[in-house]
Amino acid sequence: MFWDWNYAIEILPILARASIVTIQATLLGFVLAAVLGLVFAVLRMSRARWVSLPVAALVEFVRSTPLLIQIFFIFFVLPEFGITIGALTAGILALGLHYATYCSEVYRAGLENIPRGQWEASLALNLSPYHTFRDIIIPQAIPPIVPALGNYLVALFKETPLLSAIAVLELMQTAKILGSESFRYTEPITLVGLFFLVFSLAAAWLIRRVEARLSLSKV
Amino acid sequence: MTESPAPETSQPMVRFERVTKRYGSLVVLDELDLDIARNEKVAIIGPSGSGKTTVLRMLMTLEKIDGGVIHVDGEPLTHMERNGQLVRANESHLRRMRGKIGMVFQHFNLFPHMTSLGNCIEAPMRVLGLSRREAEDRARELLEMVGLRDKMGHYPSQMSGGQQQRVAIARALAMRPKVMLFDEVTSALDPELVGEVLNVIRRLGEEHDLTMLMVTHQMGFAREFADRVCFFYEGKIAEQGAPAELLGNPKEERTRQFLSAVLEAS
Repeated sequence: MFWDWNYAIEILPILARASIVTIQATLLGFVLAAVLGLVFAVLRMSRARWVSLPVAALVEFVRSTPLLIQIFFIFFVLPEFGITIGALTAGILALGLHYATYCSEVYRAGLENIPRGQWEASLALNLSPYHTFRDIIIPQAIPPIVPALGNYLVALFKETPLLSAIAVLELMQTAKILGSESFRYTEPITLVGLFFLVFSLAAAWLIRRVEARLSLSKV
Repeated sequence: MTESPAPETSQPMVRFERVTKRYGSLVVLDELDLDIARNEKVAIIGPSGSGKTTVLRMLMTLEKIDGGVIHVDGEPLTHMERNGQLVRANESHLRRMRGKIGMVFQHFNLFPHMTSLGNCIEAPMRVLGLSRREAEDRARELLEMVGLRDKMGHYPSQMSGGQQQRVAIARALAMRPKVMLFDEVTSALDPELVGEVLNVIRRLGEEHDLTMLMVTHQMGFAREFADRVCFFYEGKIAEQGAPAELLGNPKEERTRQFLSAVLEAS
């Protein structure tokens, strides 16, 4: 038989448990990406070139190399320098760093769209750079870029199967193990695909809600 | 002008000393000398590109200076003293001096994500360290003064240009500056809204000890309100004097030409 319902139902709870790891990696990775991306974007705007240039170089470097290599680097190479991290943590760090560079470009576009008059009014009121960013610039820069950030959340989520390469027991790795044990790959892999579909749709719905909320509060 | 080791009050509030500003090879201000007394109201007029807005922007430290020194309230603004020598001001000196100056912009530049009250309490809380209550009390008083008591909870997008500009004036005043700069503050307004903003400025001049500099195209207002009018032409003051004199009986040909062009347009 092509599709075994009994087997599918049997492995469903195992996959559901693994999906928690996937979601964990996604959310933590994205929080890291969102925060670090903002830091990169702000540092890259710095007028001090010894700040902006190295950050720009780092962003370009990370963006232009494959995520899989970065995952391997953090998990297998860093221990050579005495930094040993668990597989899941390494995966979250790699995902976060990689997507931080994409997010930083989105933030940069958002920040550059703030009219010069907002900066000038902040300066004229003697606000410090910190308060200018925190209270004036960032609250105006974020709402328009929520859709773009949301796209990266979904993209990051769909790249979590790469973590199976360093044996993180997320959905994909679990499905592979199930398959190799039972020699049935159809059910586990299909179910994993369905999990991703459902979560992606849910995330897209959530992002639309956040967008609507933001455009409402802006009046 | 006679300089004596006088008490602080006889010092000019603002002094431009051979101030030069260039954009590339274009000289916007050419060794400008200008003294503005305490509480003096000075109107700056002139054709576009004559450097008049640059004067305000340099005072607000929005533009760097290429030559000369600006003094405010008896202290150098663009420079500071170190070991008896004037060196370029660092950020902390600029921040201290900037507190003496407030500015209102042509396009209001209100913070669109804050209510008018929010706009007026942000800097007093963050910069002056006022508590929310103190800042709100001060902001309410000022918004009332500019006639916007009923608009405190409104966002800029819910208000007319004239109302927004009045919020911007209240916002600048909330920092208790000694010098107020008005940069073509009615130029972006529909004609019927100009009066309400000028009325606020007029009352401000009457009721507060403020030194005021305004770049304006409202010749009628300049004539009635200002103590002195400066006509800028190609980075220099081509002519200055009492408003009635300069506007009614200009000595320079360039001033005459400019005034007749402005009159024709309005």
